[in-house]
Amino acid sequence: MAAHMLFNVIQALTVLLLSPLVKGVLDRWKERVQSRRGPTIWQPYRDLWKLFQKDEVVSDQSSWIFRATPYVVFTMPLFVTLLIPALTTYPLFFAFMGDMLGAGFLLAFGGFFAALAAVDTTNPYGAMGASRTRMVGFLAEPVFIIVFFTISFVAGSTIPYIVQQQWVSPPSNFFEPSHVLIMLAFLMLLLAEAGRIPVDSPSGHFELAMIDESKNLEYSGRGAALMNWGGAMKFMVLQLVFLNVLVTPWGLAQTPSLAAVMLAIPLVFSKILVLLAVLTVIESSLAKLRLFRITEFLGAAFVIATVAMITRIF
Amino acid sequence: MVQSAWAVALNDLAGGLFLLTAVALVVVRQVQACLAAFVLESVLLAASAFILAAASGIPDLVAVGLITIAVKAVLLPWLLRGTVPEEIYTRRELSQLVNVPASLLIALALTLAAYLIAVPLAPAQDAFIRVNLPIGLAGLFISALSLVTRREAVPQLVGLLAMENGAFLAGVSIAPDLPLIAELAASFDVLVIVLVMGILTRAIHEHVGTTDIVELVERSDEEEL
Repeated sequence: MAAHMLFNVIQALTVLLLSPLVKGVLDRWKERVQSRRGPTIWQPYRDLWKLFQKDEVVSDQSSWIFRATPYVVFTMPLFVTLLIPALTTYPLFFAFMGDMLGAGFLLAFGGFFAALAAVDTTNPYGAMGASRTRMVGFLAEPVFIIVFFTISFVAGSTIPYIVQQQWVSPPSNFFEPSHVLIMLAFLMLLLAEAGRIPVDSPSGHFELAMIDESKNLEYSGRGAALMNWGGAMKFMVLQLVFLNVLVTPWGLAQTPSLAAVMLAIPLVFSKILVLLAVLTVIESSLAKLRLFRITEFLGAAFVIATVAMITRIF
Repeated sequence: MVQSAWAVALNDLAGGLFLLTAVALVVVRQVQACLAAFVLESVLLAASAFILAAASGIPDLVAVGLITIAVKAVLLPWLLRGTVPEEIYTRRELSQLVNVPASLLIALALTLAAYLIAVPLAPAQDAFIRVNLPIGLAGLFISALSLVTRREAVPQLVGLLAMENGAFLAGVSIAPDLPLIAELAASFDVLVIVLVMGILTRAIHEHVGTTDIVELVERSDEEEL
């Protein structure tokens, strides 16, 4: 029991410490594809360090929501990490505290507070970005529900530790049409939820075109650092759910020993690197969609998820 | 017929991706992407035929797969390239009668209908028919939808050919020992259709400057007046 609690803490620390690196690698690779040198992969750490050193400016017109939001956004991905199989194939101490829907609710809670805080400062760009994020959010919601419904129908459980075993036992399960389609639908969902191209451009600095970024415009110093760090962790948590629960549980620790868990960290990170390579290709070859084309993008994801469900039920 | 788990799984995969490309035919806006989705769909159809050939040991299916690749994935795009003017391919936005989200939902309903119709017909112990028949039927329905909603000549042509793909996907599983001559005849039919329609499209395009079908109807009315 004590070992399981320790492993759970190691999981949370892994996400906490590696998530800026994931962002740094993706940024670097995208620059490389565009034949530019790009910042080092450690740049997100430097940015966080710099922001933590700076003074924070808070508008006296804003309410407690504005002050509380960075902490909510920062901690929610950590809670989700306790629920999902990040490093181990066997359930850890907190695994039965919540299922995949619980994890989805926790992430949505962070998003809800971020949207409220954006409106709170009465910065016009904040409210615009918040309403757009909600629009993407409610279009993504049905896809989420169908994906979760399908995978819990397949596995007979909503606990992610049980779901992940389903796709590889026997190994031919991996190639089921429902599995392939679910993977594709969730990848599209991941792009939308994490605010990546083609739904949103994370490196854009033009406020009128922002979807996800404009919520953070009013934050400075420690608040900005926590918001950025929380965003990076959310991105990594979504990747972990995608890779470990939906794709394969390969590379995860099988035995309850500390060595196996520590070995799982580089293995899982190499899986993330493969996904980052795929994301680099996607982001470099597609253009950002116009706002009202996002409906079509997520509509396609919805249809793919539903088709996966249909092929499974019959 | 011996059906190993891996052959069934790979056929499932080909079927799932086939359905995906069929949906893609409805969604994509560029003529170029439409054609690419069709080529991919044909390759997946051939892959399914190869897997069935390996599993059942019927050599005819290998020939069916090879003919499909040769005719639909190589010859047909090449012919279309040659006959239809380049300007049509670079066109970006396709006009559609029904907008994309609505046609996606219709495609979804058609897939559901295909499964409801086909699954009771398929024998429970044959895993190939259980995948290929509903997906082939769904491919047929969705392609028919794209045939109806597209207003450009080339995607309509592609929709017509994709309907045939869907029928063949169901066909290779139901009747794997279908005489090769039937497939050969059908393939040559396809080539002739493409050639004739390509030349016709080119002629229309040169004559009136557009291949938008709705506009063409209006034009013919004007001439009568």
